[in-house]
Amino acid sequence: MNLLVLILLPLLTAVAVLLMRNAKQVKAVALAGAATQLVLSFVLLFGYYKERARGNTAQMLFEQQYNWFPSWHISFHLGVDGISVAMILLTAFVVIAGVLVSWNVTKMTKEFYFLLILLSLGAYGFFISLDLFILFFFLEIAVIPKYLLIGIWGSGKKEYSANKLALMLMGGSALVLVGLLGIYFSNTAHSFDLIQLSKLNIPVQTQMICFPLLFVGFGVFTALFPFHTWVPDGHSSAPTAGSMFLAGISMKLGGYGCLRVATYLMPEGAKEYATIVIVLSVIAILYGAFATMMQKDLKYINAYSSVSHCGFVLLGIGMLTKTSMTGAVMQMVSHGLMTALFFAIIGMIYERTHTRQVSEMGGLLKRMPFIISVLFIVGLCSLGLPGLSGFVAEMTVFMGSWQHPDTFSRVATVLACLSIVVTAVYILRAVAKTAMGPLKEEFETLTDATWNEKLAALILIAGILAIGIAPSWLNDLVSPGSEIIMQKLSIPK
Amino acid sequence: MDEMFTLMKPELVLTGIIFLLLFIKLGKGMKNETMLLLVQVLLLLNFIAGFFFNAEGRLFDGMYLTTNMIVLQKNMLSLGVYLISLLFADWFKKSEHMPEFFMLMLSALLGMFFLISSGNLLMFFLALELSTIPVAAMANFELDKKRSSEAAMKMILSSAFSSGILLFGISLIYGATGTISFSELPQHLDGSPLQILALVFLFSAFAFKLSVVPFHLWTADVYEGSPIAVTSFLSVISKGAVAFIFMATLYKVFQPMQAIWYNLVMILSIATMIIGNLFALRQQNIKRFLAFSSIAQVGFILVGISSNAVEGTTSVVYFILVYVFSNLAAFGVAAAIAAKAGRENIDDYKGLYQTNPFLSWVLALALFSLAGIPPTAGFFGKLFLLTAGASKGSYLFIIIAALNMIISLYYYLRVIRSVFMDKNEQPLEKIKIEPSVKLGLMICGAGIILVGLLSWIYDYVQSLS
Repeated sequence: MNLLVLILLPLLTAVAVLLMRNAKQVKAVALAGAATQLVLSFVLLFGYYKERARGNTAQMLFEQQYNWFPSWHISFHLGVDGISVAMILLTAFVVIAGVLVSWNVTKMTKEFYFLLILLSLGAYGFFISLDLFILFFFLEIAVIPKYLLIGIWGSGKKEYSANKLALMLMGGSALVLVGLLGIYFSNTAHSFDLIQLSKLNIPVQTQMICFPLLFVGFGVFTALFPFHTWVPDGHSSAPTAGSMFLAGISMKLGGYGCLRVATYLMPEGAKEYATIVIVLSVIAILYGAFATMMQKDLKYINAYSSVSHCGFVLLGIGMLTKTSMTGAVMQMVSHGLMTALFFAIIGMIYERTHTRQVSEMGGLLKRMPFIISVLFIVGLCSLGLPGLSGFVAEMTVFMGSWQHPDTFSRVATVLACLSIVVTAVYILRAVAKTAMGPLKEEFETLTDATWNEKLAALILIAGILAIGIAPSWLNDLVSPGSEIIMQKLSIPK
Repeated sequence: MDEMFTLMKPELVLTGIIFLLLFIKLGKGMKNETMLLLVQVLLLLNFIAGFFFNAEGRLFDGMYLTTNMIVLQKNMLSLGVYLISLLFADWFKKSEHMPEFFMLMLSALLGMFFLISSGNLLMFFLALELSTIPVAAMANFELDKKRSSEAAMKMILSSAFSSGILLFGISLIYGATGTISFSELPQHLDGSPLQILALVFLFSAFAFKLSVVPFHLWTADVYEGSPIAVTSFLSVISKGAVAFIFMATLYKVFQPMQAIWYNLVMILSIATMIIGNLFALRQQNIKRFLAFSSIAQVGFILVGISSNAVEGTTSVVYFILVYVFSNLAAFGVAAAIAAKAGRENIDDYKGLYQTNPFLSWVLALALFSLAGIPPTAGFFGKLFLLTAGASKGSYLFIIIAALNMIISLYYYLRVIRSVFMDKNEQPLEKIKIEPSVKLGLMICGAGIILVGLLSWIYDYVQSLS
């Protein structure tokens, strides 16, 4: 499969959206584009299986390389391994769901869809690039659409949140940039190429400087404590699809970068700073969970719980075992699907009740059985019920973490496990309060989900179930990738 | 003789245009609209002519020299002037003395051509004066406005001051080395205290022209007071020309003292970025805002200059090409709004997107490019400046520069926010854009997108440096 298609398709869709005359056409084009993305991601998945079945053991498949700025040794180098394929699948699922739930956007529809598609372009490009320069290029492409999505279509203190998000994410990418430049000049080849760099050994001294820069830089994107503060504000102010893209795709860019760039390229740095990473991620997990307990707004609940759940991603990466890193990727996919669904449902509820305060709801199950049933499913997924994706992913992270016999890792793992109890408390409380109890009078006339909302929810639920019931396919997809990272980690200095 | 015609072709063409304008002015009898169209065509031809029959060589014992790189730099300046003639059509048409304005502007451009081509400190000084004095007259062009005269006064005083410093530096250099020729100077430079003093004086004069902190104080007032066409000429064309010759002087002439000027460049770069950015944060007037942001941009240019000759030259020339498109686009939009609605404050832009989507998108592109956001060319320009600067291996310097990009993003986003997000009961009415302004804005927009993505442009610049 030609990976360029993954960049060109969103680009063409975005241009086509701009050319359309009215909102109906815009939506049709965007939906067609998103559906094609989904089809393509499956084509990619099966193409990947086919190559592997044929005995192709190359680290990266479908590689392509074009010269781009040869004077800096930059090339447009694309390729995927299992980890990238998993992330691309996630992106395609979230994009189509996001397009579907935004069906009722009436304010500047064309611009809205244009930005959504542009954001997905950044994500695809990021996940398939094997050159650090273009990786960075796509990382930054994805920032400004988020800013505009929140600032124009958002609610509440949207300007503040949009500004905070854009500045913090750009701050993160500034650190990434400095780290990348450090890597670039430390190797004699002066290369940004990921594969080439992974074969060279970056000097340990450089790793000690660049690993924290890159890890923190990417960490900002994935809510690394204490740089998580944009998450609650950004998510709660964003329009529904914006929150879905933010939590479902954008935060995953950071996790992927931490794993693929920081940890893979700089194993010595990763080992040196593992303790700090683990401590910070455990703080994020617990702090996120406890902070969620205090929230009264559904969007804030999910935003803070995202901080907590993304902590598992960082914990998995910080533990540096094959299982834990596989778990981290699985958690990224699982959380992406789950949180996108959660935000979609919150959006649907808000559109009908015009409130997101848990205390003002009640008995909604009677009026909107479909929406509230999905809320149950997603809540159970969030608290880690076996059979749904959240359990599988978190369990893998815990199993990977437990492989370390030392007390510190054990304590960290146990503490992280504790958060599940807290999660259960806040999720059950919020869901119960929303769904059950007496129905308020003003909610008597509410209607259930429309076709587009149902379709969006079903697509995401399909993903959650596919991971929850049969996790092995995802595990088999991801673990060769983490195996390679592991091999690089186990080489002595 | 033949050689002189080919080597000095840009200057000769420009002189021809100036004389043509002079004769037309003397003959009278041409309406402003026709005149403007004629000037635009002439400037376009001048730009196109820059690409043909070029040669490398030196004239008058090395007083004047030209290379393919220098030709490229001159072409960039010609392009900028052509864009200016398109973008500020509203203002030109209203102006009573349009031919004079273009004569002054082209004289200044001629000075810059000689400046870039100079191979001798004397030539350099003359050219610098020729490129400065007409600009002061241009700044005073809105004769009925007090602010305009004030701007011209400030401009002429500060440039006289910097010329004095420059002359003193030149005399010290001559005293220390016995030569003023660029090609002979490097052999005589050994970093003795007197030479360092001379370097510092020369450096300050450059810093004045580039408005590097702490020599930036004239910039904001002059930019705000001058007509917007002059402001954009000052901030794009003048700065570009001075940056080119500054780079050439440092890399070619002061090469033996690189260890000394590297620190100077680094410290001034940090100061310029920080001060420029901090002052830009609170500006209300769009011209003042762009003035301070352009000071900060000069800080970034210095990051590139701190590098080695090849990477430094390439990245700076490339950045200035990007900067021509981005900054002129921003000024163009501001001018279109100021001409039709008479508003120059950022707050007046609230809700602009509702009524003027085209202007808003161009402004957004320009500001994103200035802030260095992909996929605009500014991203590549800034990134390559930082990469070039990082080749010397100073992490702290690059971190400070990268963090400054965040500060600058904050204030660029402030404008974006006004345009796209803020609600306004009475947004500016729909502005009818002149065809030539529209053409100019579209060229700028295309440049902002294409210069970055087409990587051969960078390679072409690299092949020349």
